Amino acid sequence: MIDVVYFAWVRERIGLPRERLETEARTVAELVEELKAREERYAMAFADVSALRVALNQQLTDFDAPLADAREVAFFPPMTGG
Amino acid sequence: MRVRVQEDAFDPGEELSAFTAEAEGAGAVVSFTGVTRNIAGRLCHMEIEHYPGMTERALGDIRVDAIARFDLTAAWIIHRYGRLAPGAPIMMVLTAAPHRADAFAGAEYLMDYLKSRAPFWKKEVTEAGESWVAATEADEQALDRW
Repeated sequence: MIDVVYFAWVRERIGLPRERLETEARTVAELVEELKAREERYAMAFADVSALRVALNQQLTDFDAPLADAREVAFFPPMTGG
Repeated sequence: MRVRVQEDAFDPGEELSAFTAEAEGAGAVVSFTGVTRNIAGRLCHMEIEHYPGMTERALGDIRVDAIARFDLTAAWIIHRYGRLAPGAPIMMVLTAAPHRADAFAGAEYLMDYLKSRAPFWKKEVTEAGESWVAATEADEQALDRW
């Protein structure tokens, strides 16, 4: 089981802030493909992954990263702090 | 606390006084306060979302890097989330060093990194509607100089 968390417009497009799911995905990119295949709202949120950032266990990473040790995956747009 | 992520308002003057007291003997103290912009008087409020847990960790890492890189004797980062009125302080960085060049550079480094590496997202709410603030190419390029 893996916790998947969404922020900002990714959260708004998918319509929920967090969910726990069972996945066969070995990498972040494979998880994205699984999610896109689920429903249109996921396909829309992940239409352009170059506009997205991903964190594994609360550390920024990239879409090729393996999910092996992941407890929490977060998807969000580029950050706008400051 | 050296890294504070909070919903409550803060007083930049009080923070600067407290920091200066902690940094006693440093020689140079620099502070920067970011304030909610009021775009042509149209902003009703700003909403800031963040990633609890990762935010504190990311800011802590950025702070430790800045201290090592610029020989800072002290550094604080304060950042708000939630609903902010126009003109309200959003965030503040404070740095202390033996000399001003390092204190200034340390503050700029903290700002550049927290702008695009700390998990905050701003949404502007105006009478015309609401929109997420987009990250700019310039924000990302600002990291190249370090």
